[in-house]
Amino acid sequence: MDGSKFDDGSTDALSGEQEIRNFNLNFGPQHPAAHGVLRLVLELDGEIVERCDPHIGLLHRGTEKLMESRTYLQNLPYFDRLDYVAPMNQEHAWCLAIEKLTGVEVPRRAQLIRVLYSEIGRILNHLLNVTTQAMDVGALTPPLWGFEEREKLMIFYERACGARLHSAYFRPGGVHQDLPDKLIDDIEEWTLHFPQVLDDIDALLTENRIFKQRNADIGVVSEEDIQLYGFSGVMVRGSGLAWDLRRAQPYECYDEFEFQIPVGKNGDCYDRYLCRMEEMRQSTSIIRQAIVKLREATGDVMTRGKIGPPKRGEMKTSMEALIHHFKLYTEGFHVPEGEVYAAVEAPKGEFGVYLVADGTNRPYRAKLRAPGFSHLQAMEHVTRGHQLADVAAIIGTMDIVFGEVDR
Amino acid sequence: MSEALKELGAHIEAKRGDCVLGWDVTHDELNIDVTPANIAGFVEFLKVDPTCRFSTLIDLTGVDYPERPKRFDVVYHLLSMYQNQRVRLRASIREDEVVPSVTAVHPGANWFEREVFDMFGILFSGHPDLRRLLTDYGFRGHPLRKDFPTTGYTEVRYDEAQKRVIYEPVSLVQEYRQFDFMSPWEGADYILPGDEKEGDAT
Repeated sequence: MDGSKFDDGSTDALSGEQEIRNFNLNFGPQHPAAHGVLRLVLELDGEIVERCDPHIGLLHRGTEKLMESRTYLQNLPYFDRLDYVAPMNQEHAWCLAIEKLTGVEVPRRAQLIRVLYSEIGRILNHLLNVTTQAMDVGALTPPLWGFEEREKLMIFYERACGARLHSAYFRPGGVHQDLPDKLIDDIEEWTLHFPQVLDDIDALLTENRIFKQRNADIGVVSEEDIQLYGFSGVMVRGSGLAWDLRRAQPYECYDEFEFQIPVGKNGDCYDRYLCRMEEMRQSTSIIRQAIVKLREATGDVMTRGKIGPPKRGEMKTSMEALIHHFKLYTEGFHVPEGEVYAAVEAPKGEFGVYLVADGTNRPYRAKLRAPGFSHLQAMEHVTRGHQLADVAAIIGTMDIVFGEVDR
Repeated sequence: MSEALKELGAHIEAKRGDCVLGWDVTHDELNIDVTPANIAGFVEFLKVDPTCRFSTLIDLTGVDYPERPKRFDVVYHLLSMYQNQRVRLRASIREDEVVPSVTAVHPGANWFEREVFDMFGILFSGHPDLRRLLTDYGFRGHPLRKDFPTTGYTEVRYDEAQKRVIYEPVSLVQEYRQFDFMSPWEGADYILPGDEKEGDAT
């Protein structure tokens, strides 16, 4: 470069000395590797990240404020729109919080359906995460293969509740509708061929030289970091702590299921990728177990009482049932005063709902605890000292979806 | 489950009676009411005490009760992955009170406190970087306060003439509807025409 013609700012005009300053870079909010609307203000020393300040809130919709003026049932669909990659897992937390306060017992068949669809959600999420992470580090085929399976799973969603994404299927007291037997058979058939697809993705990525170079030893998270920054989910398990709410604080009927909790060794992006792959296999096995149990557990899928709607047939003959149905969908049910915290092991980590009820038909305050929020705020800590290209890999491995981070 | 939590509650009260105002176990969850002034020390104690080991800050949030003199509750949820237990701390504060930040003990509290500041306007002393988090750059007001309207005060659109995004006061074709679902027999407090004469009857 001919320095005499251009003033690129690297030379001090008075003394003529070379001056080195850090470079500030705006990453996003419209960057394909930012997984949505993340704006990172990066300070770079050469290619090394010195400082990383995430600006979030570009997708803030004020869900918590909106929830305060709606009934408990009207609030349920907001949960699909949080982490839109695995919608039903969020709904689950909301239903658990309401059921805890009202003391409602969920029928067994509904519990099994919830487990079944939570695990489908987990596979939906991990498929998206693993394959888009591969895309972030340069591989284009895995997302194409993974999304084919996601499509099949979303058809299962659709056949259960009528919507591919915004399902509103889990309801306080059970699930909205029963599953037809044909659907259960089809899900079972899918679980038989899915491990084959996983093996294919495995073959593409696990021993792939580029994928390994881009992920191994990147974004190492220690046990101390986990505690300091409030990590959960795969971010914990990737570092060797076998912490899983399904096992540690079982909710629904997870204590009846047999599954392993995969843990990583080094706590880097590559180990987390391996954990996610293994979790998908475990989820497939849980789905199979749930199907076996579902075939035995016939019965109602909704608790019939104050918070559940009456049966359709009953409404045709009973006036009280008709009135109850009308009141339930206009006024909504009342939840006794109190406060609870209900958490589920969502695919991304611990998704919790802190619900303050004041005895009316609307929540007084609902706080949604999203796992991605805690993970993203540790960005600065995790990325410092990494190369700029690793930032994309770290965002990918943290499994960030802005629907839930910004709420 | 709740027996163990009761033991834990008694243990914490015995050790740090100066911080604990009261505790109870409801819905299988341990709630502790704490004094806001020494919350940071108390959280640190909960982190290092071998029977507690609440090493993870799961959540930190606020609740607004406008009718109370101590208007806000700041609520902390802590989890111990080692002891497999949870606790909820509640600190009531007045509107003008400042809460000590717990970022020194749990760096993960950083964004949670920023969010509470953003949404409720509660100030945290000793926080390294107390900026707004979720709302727009240059936003005014604290949305999760009960006196903040759900519609907000400003709306944003792209102006074709000025070729930029502009902010305007909210104009609604129809008033934002806050439905009153309560049945007339309970809850609702309707004032019918003529009700104001009630006291004049005599």
